[in-house]
Amino acid sequence: MASLDDLKKRIASVKSTQKITKAMKMVAAAKLRRAQESAEKGRPYSEKMNNVILNLSNGISDKENAPKLLSGTGQEKTHLCVVMTSDRGLCGGFNSNIIKKAKIYFAKILDEGKELKIITVGSKGNDQLKRIYGDKIIENISFKESKNANYFDADKVGKMVIEKFEAAEFDVCTIFYNQFKNVITQIPQAQQIIPLNNEGEESSSEESYEFEPDEDEILSNLLPKNISTQIFKAMLENSASEQGSRMSAMDNATRNAGEMVDKLTIEYNRSRQAAITKELIEIISGAESL
Amino acid sequence: MSEEFKVEIVNPEKSFLVKDDVSEVVVPAFEGEMGILKDHISIISFLKPGIIKILSKSGDENYYVEDGIVEFKNNNLSILTSTIFNLADMDKSKQQDLLKQAEEEANKTDINDQSKYLADQKVEVLKTLN
Repeated sequence: MASLDDLKKRIASVKSTQKITKAMKMVAAAKLRRAQESAEKGRPYSEKMNNVILNLSNGISDKENAPKLLSGTGQEKTHLCVVMTSDRGLCGGFNSNIIKKAKIYFAKILDEGKELKIITVGSKGNDQLKRIYGDKIIENISFKESKNANYFDADKVGKMVIEKFEAAEFDVCTIFYNQFKNVITQIPQAQQIIPLNNEGEESSSEESYEFEPDEDEILSNLLPKNISTQIFKAMLENSASEQGSRMSAMDNATRNAGEMVDKLTIEYNRSRQAAITKELIEIISGAESL
Repeated sequence: MSEEFKVEIVNPEKSFLVKDDVSEVVVPAFEGEMGILKDHISIISFLKPGIIKILSKSGDENYYVEDGIVEFKNNNLSILTSTIFNLADMDKSKQQDLLKQAEEEANKTDINDQSKYLADQKVEVLKTLN
């Protein structure tokens, strides 16, 4: 059994850990509110963008010659996966959930004998993936300096993806991120952004539009923007998810630390009591023997 | 019957502006300026760098945009743009910054014709603001 001194030290150390996790939880809660707000504010843009593209792609007359970003290159040989994770740890299963989802997808692609290329956004994802897929990672981007997810950063990633697409470096592009449902639940998502997967979605309106200039030209202008928008949306969802995940993880940690402190305190009191009893017995039996 | 319609400007971060007492909006469409009045036919177009003019009862407003898409449907005008500034809030130094950026872009030699054209447009618009 540990000595009284040892127990005392352990209680103190668990208590200070608890303080840290509690503070982190508070910070995450504050950040979560902001992240959630900006995720909600960002929604109209991507929704409207989607809507316009849907209307456009329905209106397109010549499907054969549609822009490649919409219809694809006609083959599916090389897959590019953009895995979006956080730059910081201590956020529960947030990063590993994305990685898990991505790894399943990677394995499937490699099984089918296709080529795989990976771009990691966020250093945590890179850390986890480079052990197994190190040779497949072509780019690693991290936005450690930016405090919040902003469109400028997303645009950088988007432009890079498009550049690579135009250089025919890949045929299909998928992004991996966590969708924010609520504080406890974040759903890892795999979303294909090139070619754009609109199947199953029907245009909201039957109305026909007038286009100026023609559909093709607008589309070829709009689609690259849409890539950035989708990536931005993923970044916003991700940052809300990260904070949510961190908050619940830190909440758990705080609670566990509390439990541990209780247990250790009981043990401490018990051993203190035992020591006192022992001393008493010694004194009494000493007195009796006189 | 009133001659007003609704306009909504959205940028990636948030809904930038919503107004529902607008009588006319002039947007710098890619193929030239386009004035939109109530009951305009449904249209989708995209923007080049320029000034959006919003005329309404509560006062006129001018915005500088660098790119974007406009969609008009059922008397709802949506403008999606990634860079927008209210001219009233834009001071000289901000303007100079933008102008400098645009000029740098326009002077690059390795860009294609369309980006060159857009960058030139930016420079032109920003210069007229001075």
